[in-house]
Formats: sequence, structure tokens, C-alpha cells
Amino acid sequence: MTRVFQAVVIGVSTGGVHALQKLLGQLPADFALPVLIVQHMRPDAGSGLAKLLDKCCALRVKEADELDEILPGTVYLAPPNYHLLVEREGFLSLSADPYVSFARPSADVLFESAAAVFGPNLIGVVLTGANFDGSLGLKTIKQNGGVAIVQDPADAEARQMPQAAIAATGVDYVVALDGMAALLQKLAPRRTTMPHDMRGRDA
Amino acid sequence: MKPDEVEDVEIRLLLEGVERIYGYDFRDYADASIKRRLTHWLAESEFETFSQAQSLLLRDRSVFESLLRGITVNVTEMFRDPAFFKALREQVVPFLKTYPFVKIWHAGCATGEEAYSMAILLNEEGMAGRYRMYATDINETVLQKAGEGVVSITEMQRFTRNYQKSGGSASFADYYTARYDRAILSSALKKDIVFAPHNLAVDGEFGEMNMVLCRNVMIYFKPTLKERCLRLFDSSLLPGGFLCLGLKESLEKRKMAERYEELAPGLRIYRKRYD
Repeated sequence: MTRVFQAVVIGVSTGGVHALQKLLGQLPADFALPVLIVQHMRPDAGSGLAKLLDKCCALRVKEADELDEILPGTVYLAPPNYHLLVEREGFLSLSADPYVSFARPSADVLFESAAAVFGPNLIGVVLTGANFDGSLGLKTIKQNGGVAIVQDPADAEARQMPQAAIAATGVDYVVALDGMAALLQKLAPRRTTMPHDMRGRDA
Repeated sequence: MKPDEVEDVEIRLLLEGVERIYGYDFRDYADASIKRRLTHWLAESEFETFSQAQSLLLRDRSVFESLLRGITVNVTEMFRDPAFFKALREQVVPFLKTYPFVKIWHAGCATGEEAYSMAILLNEEGMAGRYRMYATDINETVLQKAGEGVVSITEMQRFTRNYQKSGGSASFADYYTARYDRAILSSALKKDIVFAPHNLAVDGEFGEMNMVLCRNVMIYFKPTLKERCLRLFDSSLLPGGFLCLGLKESLEKRKMAERYEELAPGLRIYRKRYD
């Protein structure tokens, strides 16, 4: 049975604004998967980044709200000072739990909760960053049968986060930012074949 | 079945058992967060799996209590979201001052940092002795800690910055005594606060409140339990009273929203209408 991917999760830190502008800017309007992003930021950063990215991207970008339904072709950005999690029923939840991997939002938290819901049908992406958040989460995604993509450290503005991810687990693709959107499109199902049911493996 | 799915089943059985034996119902908590907390508790425990823990958990109350402590701890900080406290000071306190005495319910106060922040704010605005704050939580261990009013000294720098950004102009150091690695909050802040246990999933309302604060507590609940809480707060509040939620919690799309006006957009301060 060929798997049909259901979501993309992205973890990114230092250098992330530029990287996300570039990556999301290259995704077409008919990209069929929901994209969930943790970008590290200050607790009082406000919601300007979602607005900025929404302008440079054909997909709709929004700051995640609790109980947001996870819709294909929509980009959800974790709000500052909250962890972003995926619920089994196909919606998002937030948490104010302590920092994980020195971060809130933490990519590890998003990746682990998404892996539990989407299992093998999940694509995990670790981009530029000067810490190691995301590597444990990417390992969990792999353990659940999902796909791991990491930005080529040589291409990253800060290489620690990609390097830590590569060291933590068997990564499927190491690519430069420029090739990332094309790779995601190749992996993503055509919109017409997109399963309407987003409830993951329990469905 | 994948190991993860087995664990999901184990968690459901465990929460069911906990409800039947101890009466604490966590089945309406959002799955992802409670799973994280339970997994964390399991990793720190002597047990390998939830099934293994269950047998002792359902027979030995002390094991249950350790679980309860583990899964109901909410973290708070003093003057979290300074813009919120600034709006409280500038837009809500002037209304509160028109009453001879005000009653405040702080639901889900955890270790009390926000309750003490409120007390600092109200006392600075000349309301000492003119209010009573009922600060409640499901977790009696954190309540006891809240009552002691002791904060880690390493946090105080951050709290002081928050306080200043929230419009506080006094010397924050006057509010606590440093003792080794701890900051002991001044007893003047404690005298108008009553800490008490309350479980939002089963317990009733607090009558005739002028203000209800419940920030970043309902984000852990499923929609049904969230709805119950909001009804509880609504029936606790007097007309003209204030409802304060976390920055990512809103009344939008809820039926009760029509009875409230949002006072400070984006800061989730709502005022209950008179009619």
C-alpha cells in the first residue's frame, strides 16, 4: 500500500524568517497538505510573523488558535509563548507547559504529538537553527514510520539544529533550502487525491 | 497495533479507572497535552508501562496522588503577558474602584504567581483591604505552595522585568525578602487572598464575583469541558463584572459572547453586560 502523507511539520529557529519566506514562497497555491510550523521567538513577539509570511506565500498562513481544524493547504504558525500540538480528532491544541528543549513553542513537542496522530503519513522538516530542538521529535517521527527532511547544514544560516537532527536519526533527505519546496511537492499527494478524513490512523 | 496505539488504549483505561476509583475526571482533557504529562510521569516512575502502573495506582492512593501532582501542574509566572496586566491596571481597576468591596475568583491559580501579581496591582491602586480573591486549583500540593508565597529567586529578574513592562513603578524588591535561593513574598500580599481547592470538571460556581480570571487553564480541556467552565464563570459573574482569559482563549463563536463586550482587543478582557 502506498502511503498518503497527511501533514508537514517544520521546526526552525535562528535564520527562520528568511528561510520560511523562501520555502513557503515556493509552495504553490494548490499544495495539498497542511503545514504546521514552530519558529522560535520571544514570548512577547506578537503575531506579526504570520501576517508577514501570509503576504509572501500563495498558501494561507495563520497563527494557530486552539481548536483550529487542520485544513489542507493551510500553514499554521505556533503562537509565541505556547506549545503547538496536534489532537487525534484533527484539530490543534496549545499548551503553556514548561519549556521543552529550552523553547516554547518547541519543535519537539509539535513533532511528537503529530507523530502520534499521523504516524507514517507525516513529513518532518528541520531547518536552520542554533540549538538542538526538533532532533528528538524528528527521531520520534522516524520511529513512527514518517519521513525526515533536514536542511543541508552547509546551506543553513545556523547549522547546529540541522546537524543535531542528522545525528539523532536516520534522515531521508538532506537538501538545500532551494530544493525543499520541490521535494515537498513531489511527496505530497495531488489535491484531488487528498483524503478528506484528517483524523489520522484512528479514522 | 503500533506501540503508540497500545499506549493510547492504556491511557484511556487508566483515566477511566482513575475516575471510577478517585472521582477525578481527566477524560475531558485534551489528549495531546495530557498524554505528554502522563508519559513524563511514567518516565519518572518505577513503572515500565501504564498497564503496569494501573494495578498499584488504583489500589494505593499515594501513587494516585503522585500522578495527580504530575498531570495537573500548570506553570505560571508573575505578570505573565505584561500588556494584559497594564490593561487591567488602566482599564479595569478604575471600574473596580467604584465598588466598596470586590470579589475575585482566580480559577486554576497553580502556584499563585498570578494571584500575587493581581494583589500587587490592586494594592498599588489603593484597594488593599477592599477585595477578596478566591484563588483555586484542583491540585492541593500546588495550593499549599501558593499559600506559602515562595518563589525561586532566579525567576525574580524576569518577574521584575514583566512587572515594569506592565506599568508597575514601585520597587519590586520591596515585595519580597530574599532568603538564600528563595524569594518570600510579603505577607501584606497574602491577607486578601484565600487559597482553596476547586475542580473545574465537577465543582460548582462561586457566587457574585466582580471578576473571574482563568488564564491558560482551559487550553488543556476538550470543548465540552471548556463549555462547562465558561458557563460556570458566566453564572459566577455579576452584571458589569470582568472575565479575563489567556491570550489564546477567546469567546469568539460562543453563544455567551453576546452578553459580553471585549474591553481590550486581543488581551481577552471581557465585561459582562447589564441587560
